[in-house]
Amino acid sequence: LETIPPLPDLLPLYYRRLFPFSQYYRWLYYGGVQKNYFQNREFSFTLKDDIYVRYQSFSSQAELEKEIQKMNPYKIDIGAVYSHKPNQHNTVKSGTFHALEKELVFDIDMTDYDDVRTCCSAADICSKCWTLMTIAIRILDRALRDDFGFQHLLWVYSGRRGVHCWVCDEAARKLSVAARSAVAEYLTLVKGGEETVKKVVLTDPIHPFIRKSLDVVEKYFTDYAHEQAILGHNKSVDKVLALVPEDILFIVPMHLHIFSGDDKKQQYFQEEIMLQYCYPRLDVNVSKGVNHLLKSPFSVHPKTGRISVPIDLKELDKFDPFAVPTISLICEELDQPRTGEKESEDKKEKENENNATERRKIRDYKRTSLAKYVKYFDQFLDGIACTWKGELLKKSGML
Amino acid sequence: MEFSGRKRKIHTSPHAEHYAHALQFYEQPPTENICLSEFETFAVDRVKLLKTVENLGLSYVKMSDDYNKKLNNEAKVLNFPYRPDSDHISHFILRLAYCQTEDLRRWFIQQEVDLFRYRFNDLGREQKLEFLHRNNLQYNAISDKEKVALKDQLISSSYGLSGVTIEHQDFYKVPFQDALDLVRARKVYLQAGYVYIPHQDIITIVLNDFRTKLSKALALTARSLPAVHSDERLQPLLNHLSHAYVGQDYSFQKNVGKISLEQIDSLSGKSYPLCMRQLHQAVRENHHLRHGGRMQYGLFLKGIGLSLEQALQFWKSEFIRGKVDADKFDKAYAYSIRHMFGKEGKRTDYTPYSCMKVILSNPPSQGDHHGCPFRHSDPELLKQKLQFYKVSPSGIEQVGESNFSLNHPNQYFIESQRVLSGGKDIKREMETPQRLQENSAGSTAAREAANASQDLAGMTDLDSIFQDP
Repeated sequence: LETIPPLPDLLPLYYRRLFPFSQYYRWLYYGGVQKNYFQNREFSFTLKDDIYVRYQSFSSQAELEKEIQKMNPYKIDIGAVYSHKPNQHNTVKSGTFHALEKELVFDIDMTDYDDVRTCCSAADICSKCWTLMTIAIRILDRALRDDFGFQHLLWVYSGRRGVHCWVCDEAARKLSVAARSAVAEYLTLVKGGEETVKKVVLTDPIHPFIRKSLDVVEKYFTDYAHEQAILGHNKSVDKVLALVPEDILFIVPMHLHIFSGDDKKQQYFQEEIMLQYCYPRLDVNVSKGVNHLLKSPFSVHPKTGRISVPIDLKELDKFDPFAVPTISLICEELDQPRTGEKESEDKKEKENENNATERRKIRDYKRTSLAKYVKYFDQFLDGIACTWKGELLKKSGML
Repeated sequence: MEFSGRKRKIHTSPHAEHYAHALQFYEQPPTENICLSEFETFAVDRVKLLKTVENLGLSYVKMSDDYNKKLNNEAKVLNFPYRPDSDHISHFILRLAYCQTEDLRRWFIQQEVDLFRYRFNDLGREQKLEFLHRNNLQYNAISDKEKVALKDQLISSSYGLSGVTIEHQDFYKVPFQDALDLVRARKVYLQAGYVYIPHQDIITIVLNDFRTKLSKALALTARSLPAVHSDERLQPLLNHLSHAYVGQDYSFQKNVGKISLEQIDSLSGKSYPLCMRQLHQAVRENHHLRHGGRMQYGLFLKGIGLSLEQALQFWKSEFIRGKVDADKFDKAYAYSIRHMFGKEGKRTDYTPYSCMKVILSNPPSQGDHHGCPFRHSDPELLKQKLQFYKVSPSGIEQVGESNFSLNHPNQYFIESQRVLSGGKDIKREMETPQRLQENSAGSTAAREAANASQDLAGMTDLDSIFQDP
């Protein structure tokens, strides 16, 4: 059995040869439309021995690279764009240093579904409950685009038990705390803590948002319920029954054929059950705060070693969190060139690049399983870049 | 809002025509002169009005029939504002008193918005339209063609919206950022970032507008405060007014060292309000508590007299029995506890949450034990809990209908302890929030004090219900 090298040994290699710094910078620079947007961005690092440092900021891509390669953080978080350089916040007059903008973000964590998962609990996930993430992404992605009009969404695997969404539209970045909280509440259907048994209550009229979310849930529900065996044991049957109004007749074991009563108040209990089991549960506090720090894409998960990679929604149903490359895998792959197309692409790179180190770096991640994720990230950036170009032209008076 | 024909000296103000309409956005400050005693009276009366608005908002669903009726009655009893200019002037005076801190601003804005909403809804349809046009609120109406295309969506987005209404009313397309209340509650159709609002609901937009303008205005007002405070006549009154809102904040300096860790379990059974009892139980059972629960319970403990050292000991001893080792506790949790006591970061000495804060902010979700059981729990579960804690069946009924005013978990604790120890100092404790009454007519003070002790009597009954036999 191969022993996997510990994180401290792999991180330097990762940050020197694999982390996609130029794409990363291209993202956070946002086309330079706003002055100092990158320079005033807060980053935080978790270092060895759980040392946590906030208010890191950098004046250029080169400085960012240098610092990260020096500190080799176990985890990188991205915060807000502030009124001043975060690393100088102590020199700023009291009260004037404040967060200005940040992407609208969402964090879906599998532990928030523990009361309705039978296969795993806490930090564990498996292919059976991963469906919940697929459902969550489909529902939220549709709502953020169709209902709210956002266009530039980056979905990222957190590395262990969940997914994050970064909404990068300019309008999203400029949202106030109140607006973010309103968006999060609009998207919330499952409410209540340990003390609440019935967490979803639907009343007439059923809002189009709920209808459309139900359409998604219904597509996945039968298979999901079967896999989770939610009617498989007495205990889990009881849980379902607790959500069913008292005067409903009967649930035939292993099937969800339910004979419904006439009472208008209880007419949606089937939908309520499906939603309680499957509808996305988001942490409103993560989305509310303009200054909230969230794990960065391409950061490494210290416990699993997996890279927080962007998720291509075109392949969402095929996404397998257990196939996401780990830092040890991609470091290993660095030594073994990939066969076939990669070599001819490498030749092309050789012709196009003048900088030798750049050339090697570009070739480096392309040789590993990280390649397809960086490529997808590039496509995402090409998408937002159109908006920057429009803005820059406007500013220069040409439009 | 009724303006009674009270016998007062009528100021023949040249601005009379500006006040032809009662409702306004308070965009222009008043310019007339008033005497100091009127300055005081106007301010105090408006605070009373706003506090009434606040209390009714906690006991009743806002804008429900009960709420409107009660507010109408209370306003009559207060008999304020007696004329439009006293409304105008008092609003601006209170801006001075409530612009200083985030908390004060938030409170003032909330009550003014609720008051505005109540008054706007009180206007007739014609008057509403007139108000909107007078204040230049232009939003774009969608074409009939678009209305027909969206008809089904519009109907299923809003309660009580029929096909007929849609045909006969204008619908306005408003950016969602301008209609957050409607978006938050999902009361409206949202597409591509725009909400579609029927004319009849435009008030929510108006309120948002009002809230935003007021918020900006308060920020500006705060900057001119130093000049205002240099006037010795005004400074004491303005300070008084802002403290009247805050009332008792149960800051811990007065109480430190009054309880020991060994007492906590028995205190939780005897003198904790239900929310804290629930949290304490969760800590003992799970040896863990999430952030929301740690904040709510941790600050409560601070308020009843736990010192920082005791708090650290309490949390650490529990968490260690859970999945956290001593090292991790020191690294990850100790910091936030010290933060609560004002020993880290901004060094803000956080105050224990009032009931309003517990009810309105950070509702609990899966895995949480915080919040208010009377607001956030299933009614069935709550009943069971109360039974478990040996509340009599009639007691449970009472709880459902009670309108006795408990405002703060630490208030509950203090009063419970006093009752248990023989109720000697009840009067002294109650005098502090009534500071403001010193300046008012004697009769109002007496009435207020009488109400307060009545509330206490009610509280005694409830407290004996919560005691273990």
